[in-house]
Amino acid sequence: MEQNGRLKPIISLRDVGKIFYSEHKTNEVVKGMNLDVSENEFVVLFGPGQCGKTTMINLIAGLELPTSGEVDVDGKKVTGPGPDRGVVYQRTSLFPFCTVMGNVEFGPKSRGIDKKTRRETAQYFIDLVGLQGFENTYPNRLSGGMRQRVGIARAYANNPKVMLMDEPFGHLDAQTRYMMEAELEKIWQKEKRTVVFVTNNSEEAVYLADRIIILTNTPTHIKEEVKVDLPRPRKYSDQAFLKIRRQIEDICESTR
Amino acid sequence: MNEYMQMKRKKAIKFGIVSAISLIVFFSIWYICTAVLELKPDYILPSPVQVLEAFIEKLSKKAPDGATLFGHIGASLQVALSGYLLGAIIGVPLGVAMAWFRKVDLFVTPLFDLIRPVPTIAWIPLMILWFGIGLGAKAAIIFVSAFVPCVINSYSGIKQTKQVHLWVAQTFGASKRDMLFTVALPTAMPLIFTGLRISLGTAWMTLCAAEMLASNKGLGYMIQLNRTLGRADLIIVGMLTIGFVGTLLTGILNILEKRFVKGGRRG
Repeated sequence: MEQNGRLKPIISLRDVGKIFYSEHKTNEVVKGMNLDVSENEFVVLFGPGQCGKTTMINLIAGLELPTSGEVDVDGKKVTGPGPDRGVVYQRTSLFPFCTVMGNVEFGPKSRGIDKKTRRETAQYFIDLVGLQGFENTYPNRLSGGMRQRVGIARAYANNPKVMLMDEPFGHLDAQTRYMMEAELEKIWQKEKRTVVFVTNNSEEAVYLADRIIILTNTPTHIKEEVKVDLPRPRKYSDQAFLKIRRQIEDICESTR
Repeated sequence: MNEYMQMKRKKAIKFGIVSAISLIVFFSIWYICTAVLELKPDYILPSPVQVLEAFIEKLSKKAPDGATLFGHIGASLQVALSGYLLGAIIGVPLGVAMAWFRKVDLFVTPLFDLIRPVPTIAWIPLMILWFGIGLGAKAAIIFVSAFVPCVINSYSGIKQTKQVHLWVAQTFGASKRDMLFTVALPTAMPLIFTGLRISLGTAWMTLCAAEMLASNKGLGYMIQLNRTLGRADLIIVGMLTIGFVGTLLTGILNILEKRFVKGGRRG
């Protein structure tokens, strides 16, 4: 953050709290969260399972509203979902009744972009995620990794300022996961966006992040931040890589 | 690939032979019992050859029940399709509206739950009282029978819409109306078609029941009248025709379903 201090943050959480009320109990999921994310920064939210990471994504996306505090994106208070924030979800969230092309052009189509323009945009991102030739395929014919590629292309095609990714590779097998991490980094280098990426995999966190935010158990707040200054693309087996990985795992352990 | 196709063809031939044997065995036993052993008199169980003769004759002859086979088919189709289409046109949108708008659901459901358990056939007396024995009464009964499955299946179809899909649409700036048309309805399409198929089946069944009770033309009437005349051959011709036309209608619906249901039944 010190380095980027002169940039105004594109995402800004001020004292954000989120409490879910149900019949018998109140469940405080997020408490006193302060977080600034600069433009084109790749931030990873890292924390134990069930720690409210998805809630964080939903708060920034505007799918949930905070019970206290304020979430600002690009200087405006978040009051609901909007096309400036694209979301890539954990499980396959593709529309099964749309082809790959139909899924990717869904965003521009919702905004009323004319067919020729939105087709060009969609095609660009389909090519970017390496799915050329699959434009007319339905999701049920795609592998898990390919579906997540479509999910990424779909979020990109709406040209959001901010990309929110909720454990997008969480259910992929290890091999595919490594491939997708490398792929995502390449895409991000080519099409820089501000990214908030949620994971509970320390290796993935160190591989992708500019900055890792380590979260506590619920009610979630920030335990510690770790900057990752390694040159990209990173190598999983580098000493420096492993050192940071051990560091964040130690911090996470001490949370419990 | 070529080997695969060859294997597939071999398998298809094998299955085809089994199916053919089934039909051959059935008709042989029927033939032996009737034409050869003459177990029962003709007016109770005619031989397949007699049924075929009756069928060919019925294509052009109006006696003894007042219409040719096509006349009966036409009358039945007219009644069935008018009642069925009306049921679908009202039932599907109503089911969709009930699932999508909470107020519609609260308003309609109590009434619907009251009407739903009434068997369709129980509507026949009232409908005859209101509309006579013409097209109107039977179409109205078929309407009721087709309407219920259309509502139920469209309702559950819309309810299957995944929250995450609505979120995706929302983050793309879709309005509530957009979400209905671009997310919920395509999700519901497979179940809407299930409803249309079920109600087509019940409509066709109900038609025969209605025609047997009150009618002067149609396939149900034809088999009922020929019972009183002791013409088992024509009864069987009528039954087979009912089966065949029903299959044909389902086939047409399947073609429509392939056009409208995209991406398979599951995502």
